[in-house]
Amino acid sequence: MVNAPLLEVRNLSVDFPQNNSTVHAVRDISYVINRGEFLGIVGESGSGKSVSSMAVMGLLPSSAQVSGDILFRGESLLDMDDRKLSRLRGNEIAMIFQDPLSALTPVYTVGNQIAEGLLLHDKALSKQAAATRAVELLRIVGIPAPERRVKAFPHEFSGGMRQRVMIAIAIANNPNLIIADEPTTALDVTIQAQILEVLQKAKEITGAAVVLITHDLGVVAGNADRIAVMYAGKLVETGSVDDVFNRPHMPYTLGLLRSVPNLITAGKTRLVPLEGRPPSLDALPPGCPFEQRCPIAIDACRETEPPLLSIGSSHEAACLRAPEIAAGQLQAADVFPRPEPIPAADQAKVEGRTVLEVTDVKRYFTLTRGAVFKREIGKVKAVDGISFDIHEGEVLGLVGESGCGKSTTILEILELTSPQDGSIKIDGVDVSTLTKDQRLAKRKDIQVVFQDPMAALDPRLTIEDIVAEPLTVHNVSKADQRRRVGELLDTVGLEASMGSRYPHEFSGGQRQRIGIARALATEPKLLILDEPVSALDVSIQAGVINLLEDLKERLGLSYLFVAHDLAVVRQIADKVAVMYLGRIVESGRVADVFARPHHPYTQALMSAVPIPDPDAERSRKRILLDGDLPSPTDEISGCRFHSRCPLFKVLDPSLQQRCLTEDPQLRVIDTSSAACHHAELNTLQVT
Amino acid sequence: MIVYLIRRFINYAILSMIATVMAYVLACLALDPKARYLGRNPRPSDEAINHILNRLGTNPDDPILSRTMHWFTQIIFHGNFGQEYNYTSVSHDMFVRSGVSLQLLLLGSFLGAFFGVALGVWGAVRQYKASDQIVTYSSYLVLATPVFVLGVLLMIVATNFNNAVGHQVIQFTGQYTPGLNGTWNILQDRVSHLFLPTLALSMFGAAEYSRYQRNAMLDVLSADYIRTARSKGRTRGAAMVRHGVRVALIPMSTYFAYSFGTLIAGSTFLEKVFSWHGMGEFALDSIIKNDINATAASIFYVSVLVLISSTLAEVLYAALDPRVRI
Repeated sequence: MVNAPLLEVRNLSVDFPQNNSTVHAVRDISYVINRGEFLGIVGESGSGKSVSSMAVMGLLPSSAQVSGDILFRGESLLDMDDRKLSRLRGNEIAMIFQDPLSALTPVYTVGNQIAEGLLLHDKALSKQAAATRAVELLRIVGIPAPERRVKAFPHEFSGGMRQRVMIAIAIANNPNLIIADEPTTALDVTIQAQILEVLQKAKEITGAAVVLITHDLGVVAGNADRIAVMYAGKLVETGSVDDVFNRPHMPYTLGLLRSVPNLITAGKTRLVPLEGRPPSLDALPPGCPFEQRCPIAIDACRETEPPLLSIGSSHEAACLRAPEIAAGQLQAADVFPRPEPIPAADQAKVEGRTVLEVTDVKRYFTLTRGAVFKREIGKVKAVDGISFDIHEGEVLGLVGESGCGKSTTILEILELTSPQDGSIKIDGVDVSTLTKDQRLAKRKDIQVVFQDPMAALDPRLTIEDIVAEPLTVHNVSKADQRRRVGELLDTVGLEASMGSRYPHEFSGGQRQRIGIARALATEPKLLILDEPVSALDVSIQAGVINLLEDLKERLGLSYLFVAHDLAVVRQIADKVAVMYLGRIVESGRVADVFARPHHPYTQALMSAVPIPDPDAERSRKRILLDGDLPSPTDEISGCRFHSRCPLFKVLDPSLQQRCLTEDPQLRVIDTSSAACHHAELNTLQVT
Repeated sequence: MIVYLIRRFINYAILSMIATVMAYVLACLALDPKARYLGRNPRPSDEAINHILNRLGTNPDDPILSRTMHWFTQIIFHGNFGQEYNYTSVSHDMFVRSGVSLQLLLLGSFLGAFFGVALGVWGAVRQYKASDQIVTYSSYLVLATPVFVLGVLLMIVATNFNNAVGHQVIQFTGQYTPGLNGTWNILQDRVSHLFLPTLALSMFGAAEYSRYQRNAMLDVLSADYIRTARSKGRTRGAAMVRHGVRVALIPMSTYFAYSFGTLIAGSTFLEKVFSWHGMGEFALDSIIKNDINATAASIFYVSVLVLISSTLAEVLYAALDPRVRI
């Protein structure tokens, strides 16, 4: 059939039978993808977005029960057996997966794995021709020196490079449809920007339709033509990017859009939290699955699940009150009101003392070889002379790509012993002078919240025991512990009666609140927050960020906030320090740095962050960085950033000389400081 | 890589040298060569016993250290492992007998590994289905049966089979029938003798390997790269074999080295059951006869086999897994 759409999904449902219940992962969804179209499917974990795409590929586990119909160019995919489907897979429909580190077979060269896909679908192709084509494909996806790299094994490639290889495999046979399942989630933002660029290029070269599955609204805003929002296994809103972003009609979409921190608006207004969590997929309520979290739910919402209703041309939303929203009777601000900041009367008084002072701290790791006679073969300069300070009631955001030394920095501070080089002062006391008892006492003042709330809580302890544990260390009586735990749970927005439950009974956001309660138990002055929201679903993040803001105001806390998400840092921090390869390359007040970044690396980082706003995203000019972070064992002369620097490339050779030979130090430029020789010549624009 | 392997080989060689010396010391402490003569009737005179033991270099009255030194220098400089209690050369016996044993061991371990891998993969792919359960339970049954019981059971089955067929198809005593002529006849005879002990040994090996292989394969089955291979257009079965089995074999190479020791132990009893005059029988007999030189030599033989299999495992690992190549 010539006129049939490329892919048509009709009333698709996927169930996974369990021992005594059934998980309804995908429930009766229908959508159409036309030739050359770019569809973004957005949803949180467990919304069924991946399962529905795996159903299209025919790659669901055998326990899955699939009903409905999937038509590819008019032919039903569900009727095909594995052999017939295999002829389509990789040839007509290709897929790119989330985790590039495990997606390639470790024992074959990348060239082999690309050629494999070619040879499977073209029996007449010679091995030689396939190898040549593999080199060409690697060149297309931007792997440097492809002739040499084609013989490399996957473990010799970085995550970003492996994802490029996955794209090369996907486009090898010029497919008509490419499904990309969270292709950039495991990657750094600078690498994410590169991969999205390659994906767009792949789409142009092959003319294929692309389905991009993601939880990140920013990623689809600039790339997709149409968007489908999924919630609890259902499609709840579909439409063009502009319609969905500018005129959302389903309260979930509305809430999601308002809860995501956004580089443009962050720091100016408070985030709007979307409380609660999706219903469990094996015990769904009879009504709308979003009803429990929805502020405008009415009785009718609890009775039947609303179908997708057409609102405008090709814009549909599954909400009984969508017509009221369309007519303007309900405004976004009415549905999800912005929470009020803490009133000034409740704010703690801060004197502005220096809580933490880090001066020229270094941490080198030596690499050794040999079992008996160890000899040094190299040095990793994980942290190479960094200085910053945090005052009372202040938040310092520490940002940078993975491997830049953020984690080593906080571990060095938490160690509470004298660093390899430099000094760390907490509350004016140099930690190298502390005795063992003093060190134990000092630990009260400085506490940490970890990234992964699932892994950071002992699954065999009750919440009460977890939160009380720091108090046990500091010899607080049992009665006082109980009283304090109740207070703490209340402070972080949990009920004191929950204390006897175990961590697995809580959602990710609640667990992170428990982690925060534990950190607050000893009444610390400084909290170190190591990526506290990056493991949480987007709708939950806002609630935790707001909580952290409130706690800071109410208790006069200081935070060292480590994150890779610039929008989150912009939202919560007062000061920011950008790290690159163990050094701080730019620091200053957030408002200054974000408005006028001076270091080319800061500029590149900022321009790599996708903004969940299609208009802003389309009009942006991007500064893309080349390649990956250099290996930390490399000795780099001159400026550490020069190998990837976009400014360096456009400089006059006489000026470049200085970047190659002289290591730039932080110096004051305007109101912030940056470590760049030629910041004044920097005309790169960031929006 | 070659340098690395050579270094590992030298490491292993030193280890097996230490093991042999310690085995000799242990044998000196545990075995009492005099007991061999004291029970005789008429009992030889003390001078006669001392004379014999001095000649063999195993007189317990000499200090252990000097005996060990003497024994060790003889091996290092003359390749001489001393004499057995009946004055035959240990080196010569060891040479002849290890040929006999290796026939059994090599064939048995190869077939055991092959069928173990095949059964393990099959069980993993058909996890929890009836066929997987049958393989699982029968391999535990084999593992729980002592090797010599397994040998005897097989002999009974073979006897019944021979009776049913009407003539001696399967032989189960000795390595060959003496006095046969013609290449074809001799070959046929060898195979019919080899069949039962090899079967017993490889059943034992296959049962053990299949458990490990099944686990390794289950880990791999849910791996992302299998999904990638299928998304390229490989069918389920082809993706499983080309991308799954290939990766699941990697941990098996290490296991191969460690299980070789238990296999040798198993073959020791099998040799006795099937009357093969190999190293296993040699070791058992020398312990029973309180023969220090022969006991230490048979431990040397085992340690050399472990040395070779460990080195082989390293080579195999590097060949299978590009991530460890240096």
